[in-house]
Amino acid sequence: MDSLLQPTQEAFHLLLTGDPDLWTIISISFRVSLKAILCATPFALLLAFLLAYVPFPGRRLLVSVFETLMALPAVVVGLLIYLLLSRSGPLGDLRLLFTQTAMVIGQIVLCFPLLVAMGYAAIRSADRRAWETALTLGAGRPRAMLTLIHEVRLGLLVAVIAGFGRIISEIGTSMMVGGNIAGHTRNIPTAIALETSKGHFAEGIALGIVLVTLAFGLNLILNLLQRREAQAV
Amino acid sequence: MKRTLQALLLGWLCFCSLNVPADPAVLRMATTTSTENSGLLKVILPKFEAGSGLEVQVLAVGTGQALRLGCNGDVDVVLVHAPAAEQKFVDDGCGVNRHPVMYNDFVIIGPPADPAGVAQSKDAAGALARIANSRSIFVSRGDDSGTNKKELALWQKAGIIPSGSWYREAGQGMGKVLQITAELDGYTLTDRGTWLAYRAKSPLKICFEKDPALYNPYAVIAVNPKRYADANYTGAMTFIGWITSREGQQMIADYRVDGQVLFTPLAIPNPGAP
Repeated sequence: MDSLLQPTQEAFHLLLTGDPDLWTIISISFRVSLKAILCATPFALLLAFLLAYVPFPGRRLLVSVFETLMALPAVVVGLLIYLLLSRSGPLGDLRLLFTQTAMVIGQIVLCFPLLVAMGYAAIRSADRRAWETALTLGAGRPRAMLTLIHEVRLGLLVAVIAGFGRIISEIGTSMMVGGNIAGHTRNIPTAIALETSKGHFAEGIALGIVLVTLAFGLNLILNLLQRREAQAV
Repeated sequence: MKRTLQALLLGWLCFCSLNVPADPAVLRMATTTSTENSGLLKVILPKFEAGSGLEVQVLAVGTGQALRLGCNGDVDVVLVHAPAAEQKFVDDGCGVNRHPVMYNDFVIIGPPADPAGVAQSKDAAGALARIANSRSIFVSRGDDSGTNKKELALWQKAGIIPSGSWYREAGQGMGKVLQITAELDGYTLTDRGTWLAYRAKSPLKICFEKDPALYNPYAVIAVNPKRYADANYTGAMTFIGWITSREGQQMIADYRVDGQVLFTPLAIPNPGAP
């Protein structure tokens, strides 16, 4: 039991004493994933809206494609972006491989289909009359869209939180296109893999605690919002 | 309303635009897990960074992958240990200015009881032959690293093609392989540096060592600037100059884990001498 208990105690010690290496890793993780989700969300939700409200041929197929891509393995995304960004690859001149930007791109690719598919489902669940009413009341299309988005904000928030949950904890893409460079592209998941391979379990557990706490916090917020929404109705 | 939306859109575009130009003050180095996991780089690099004003970004991978990163132009300099592969790297025009830096040696570790009787072997190839003949579990790196290349060369020397349920290819770094070997109660080949760093946590012990065939030299090579004009060649040469200088070599000689010397300088064999 000692093998589990002692590193856990050390882990709390590391977290509470503000171990600088550990907090650098945590801040990199959040910086990259927040940037990815913030960049992906507006465009993904716009696309979800178009899929839900603008009829065009192949629309159903496109929705199915995005639903399928939700299950895209992170290592495959990592491999593709690696090959694209490598100096000997087509986008090599950008010199982006092994940078935080490369990680942001990878995470955008990962969360984008999830945002579109879940956003689409949320928008579809809205009452179509809200859209029509807004239009009859003289709102322009962009304004009507915002009204609709406001109607289903909770569903959209769930999509964003699910997307964030996917990318903050993924390791495949970050490891491949980030390269796990200390203080630069080493985020929580790649650091856990490294520390475990080095036998430094306390650091691994400390970072694991951060991720679990985050997941718990996000769920808590979501529950609170849902409850408030239910009371308001 | 429209204004706010426009401002938001503009802000979003700025926020999401790519903004990482190549930075001349950054030197990318691909190296092996052994130099990173043993803690050597963490001790010597800050000194180099302070002196040169360069920021060194370290990618710790196997030697095979490190050389591939160099050939693809994804790093500026490599610090690796596989002489034959290094020569090929230079011959292929991927790298220039190869310089020996330091050496340590490989050891064969295994269960304290040494069921295969490896300790009685005359040489390293003989030790592996005993492991194969007794069908004891052997964990191979299996990742084209310098250690993996050395192991495969030793099997070849022993005239054995390792296969079967006793031969496990892990496909992982040295530290992970040491853990796997301990869990499986098997044998493996490791560089002494990584072993010393893990020894305290491992139930295994050194079963065979000190054979000339287990010599493990490290070299540093700059990525060929003719191949990739925007590689940080100046930075790479600054690093090569420093790590083979008296100061760099002395720091390598002084690096110890639990009082044990991990690496012996090779560019200047006795850097402390006047």
